[in-house]
Amino acid sequence: MPDTHTRFGSSSGQPATRRDGLAKVTGAATFAADNRPEGMLHAVYVPAAIARGRVAHLDVERARAHPGVVRVMTPADHPALAGDPDDKPTRFSFRIEVLQDDTVRYAGQPIALVLAETIEAATEGARLLSPRYEAEAPRTGLDDNAPFDVEEPGFGAPGETVHGDPEAGHAAAIHAVEVTYETPPQYHNAMETHAVVAEWDGDRLTLDTPSQALAMSCAAYAHLFGIPAENVVLRSPYLGGGFGSKAIPSGPMVLAILAAQEAGRPVKLMLTRRQMFGPVGHRGATRQTLRLGCDADGRLTVIDHETLAATSSFEMFLESASNASQGLYAAGALRSAHQGVRLDVGTPGPMRAPGEASGSAALECAMDELAHAAGIDPLDFRLRNYAETEPGTGRPYSSKALRDCYDRGAEAFGWSGRPMAPATMRDPDGTRIGWGMGTAFFPSPMFAAEARATLRADGSAMVETAGADMGQGAWTALAQIAADGLGLPLDRVEFRSGVSTLPDGGVAGGSGHTATAGGALHAAGGDAIRRLGELAAEQPDSPLFGAGNAGFEAREGRVHVAGDAGRGDAFADILARAGMSELVGSGRASRPDADTRDYAMNSHGAVFAEVAVDPDLCQIRVRRLVGAFAAGRIINPRLAESQLMGGMIWGLSFALHEEARHDPRTGRIVNSDLAEYRVPVNADVQGLQVLTVHEDDTHVNALGIKGVGEIGITGSVGAIANAVWHATGRRVRRFPIRIEDLLAPA
Amino acid sequence: MSLSITLTLNGTERRIALDDARVTLLDLLRERLDLTGTKKGCDRGQCGACTVLVDGRRTNSCLTLAATLDGARVTTIEGLARGDALHPVQQAFIDNDGFQCGYCTPGQIMSAVGLIAEGTAGDDPERIREGMSGNICRCAAYHGITLAVAQAARRMDNDPAGDAA
Ligand code: FES
Ligand code: FES
Repeated sequence: MPDTHTRFGSSSGQPATRRDGLAKVTGAATFAADNRPEGMLHAVYVPAAIARGRVAHLDVERARAHPGVVRVMTPADHPALAGDPDDKPTRFSFRIEVLQDDTVRYAGQPIALVLAETIEAATEGARLLSPRYEAEAPRTGLDDNAPFDVEEPGFGAPGETVHGDPEAGHAAAIHAVEVTYETPPQYHNAMETHAVVAEWDGDRLTLDTPSQALAMSCAAYAHLFGIPAENVVLRSPYLGGGFGSKAIPSGPMVLAILAAQEAGRPVKLMLTRRQMFGPVGHRGATRQTLRLGCDADGRLTVIDHETLAATSSFEMFLESASNASQGLYAAGALRSAHQGVRLDVGTPGPMRAPGEASGSAALECAMDELAHAAGIDPLDFRLRNYAETEPGTGRPYSSKALRDCYDRGAEAFGWSGRPMAPATMRDPDGTRIGWGMGTAFFPSPMFAAEARATLRADGSAMVETAGADMGQGAWTALAQIAADGLGLPLDRVEFRSGVSTLPDGGVAGGSGHTATAGGALHAAGGDAIRRLGELAAEQPDSPLFGAGNAGFEAREGRVHVAGDAGRGDAFADILARAGMSELVGSGRASRPDADTRDYAMNSHGAVFAEVAVDPDLCQIRVRRLVGAFAAGRIINPRLAESQLMGGMIWGLSFALHEEARHDPRTGRIVNSDLAEYRVPVNADVQGLQVLTVHEDDTHVNALGIKGVGEIGITGSVGAIANAVWHATGRRVRRFPIRIEDLLAPA
Repeated sequence: MSLSITLTLNGTERRIALDDARVTLLDLLRERLDLTGTKKGCDRGQCGACTVLVDGRRTNSCLTLAATLDGARVTTIEGLARGDALHPVQQAFIDNDGFQCGYCTPGQIMSAVGLIAEGTAGDDPERIREGMSGNICRCAAYHGITLAVAQAARRMDNDPAGDAA
């Protein structure tokens, strides 16, 4: 894409309400499990109740005898899968468990599947299988297995990075901290559990299933079933939340498709909430040790960040937490390293800000600890270590308005009134008050996407790409970008998305979907306008006649010569003269390698938190959470603000709520439901404020978009934890911070 | 076994033959009556995604056996708007961006309609947050949800006829 500034029209930047809003408030929006094709069977699978061992017995006869049950699939009796479940046909593929043997590798692994005429019969049939196991001692804690060195924690992240001389940095430090933070396993728990409705027609497969990566999912399913990718139609118009868990095909989905193939009837499978804790990914546990040093003026001499992170016994994906320490603070030396430990848990995967969330939590707390040790205000400490170029590499930032974020966030919060000493602020009723802050930081990657734009005879347009809306607002923001690319008002643009037969919309992940799919849509619009202009230039009756080499722009449904709005022609008139019912343009977007090489590209922000801690019960409440973020161009401020707030609440959840706990005897997760696995409810959330700082960024991509989906978590966790310390003087180094941590004697 | 019940469903009286005594109201709506607006988030009464009004009271339909509802009046998300005119709560959710993915939204909206009818929260944010805390939103659209409920409560206070509950 050319390194020029893209023109924006009247849609981008507007706080349009959601285009899918009407469907969503009336119940008309169709999520995967809302489909019920004729003749459909229901599938329910049995999750393993132990974490390690083998399935010794299943009472297949009893299950089969239950009225309504039509098929019981077990490791000993199931149809063959064409592809090897250990294969990795795409970049986002993991080994999956599809009854290939009777080994249990983690609690929650599918060990049998029941097909029945009704959901009730399938559920009861699955219960009647009453599995018995030969169990082995499960390994579910970070100390339960030997650590190993890691070259690639996951999806291309480096295992170890060193810049400068860390030992010299330690030696030069006047103030230093060495601290260890622990983060627990966390589960995405999108409100819509994973679901699929699978229907075969010969060797053609139609899937209704939520997907954050439609084309890649089709390729993976096609590989497993031995059919061409174009034989798979995947419909995913709405995802009921994704957060990273719906990008990677999972075993249960494959089993349901296999069952449908054998049965010759459509099959629906929807995970129960309890089943969301196992085969569909999670954020793995970490133990992070940070050794930080600074000189007498508070300038960092070293950030040394080591992470021990959990993965499954059979697959590799780690929270690459240490990498959060690269790229942010101007330390004299930087070291990030990872070790893994294999546990009897489901394979971890990308969960909203994978690596960065856990890493930022520990880093921002450690920074607070060092600031205190050096006697410097935490914000001032960060400003003293502000990086003007990327630390270690010296690459320029494509843009970085972090200083503005600090200023505006601090101002809105009233940070200057903060006393340095902890445990000094109290409400009149004795409630302890604390203020803390953290820096937010998230990379701005791009994937690759394609799009098509069709101008119609009536002057309206249709734009198409197989994008994914999991709540971030793709139906709306992408349409706004497309409208500007075509020079049309938003209401003149029909947007088709969410089905794999459309041009590949890329991946909704890494906070890169708006930039990538939006870039493709904008380019497709530009291509259509260029074609239309060239067509007009050949039409003697057009004001554009003979303007072929001038370059074209579009506004309000008219093409005009670039830089000369007076010389133009209406879309509809040009098409009518040519006798054309439509004109099609196409576009694609990805980031040129040179830009990736030459610039550091990140979103930044600053988060400030106020917590109140009950003096007797030690209940912790977040009273205020103020975030200021710089993320390039914001396409839709209403939606971006909602997403940033959602991320900040995920930060609150990380800091104070979420944790999956294993029973050490069985390895099962004991709190695998929404009552015991705590996520914030409405009453946990108050005093949220989001500010955005505009950045013009001509390097990150042609649209100048950085993305806002994940950055809200980073910074927020640390800000809240630091506020808890400031309120109480107690530094809790394991997440979530619990009442009992504060009640325990020091 | 045959069991049948009579429901007033979104204003229309319907006689429904149940094929199974185990059927919950949620699975009756979703898997048998093509009313899929009501969502399943946990099937255990822990998330509120399945909230409907039963005789005007907000109810977790996943915890309610259909067979126990003979004679009941059930309102689901599909029964809230009057033709093209959205219920004030629905409109308020759009206006205030009270959702992201929209999966919890039918439950949130039904819960809000119930809460407003209960008359205990008014437009007080703190009481709304408390009263809406049986409805989990993993996207965490809580800020917008609270604003939306307050807006709708004010509008309906001025125009009680808008109360479809
Ligand atoms: S589905 Fe009924 S409360 Fe969760
Ligand atoms: S809007 Fe996604 S769960 Fe509430």
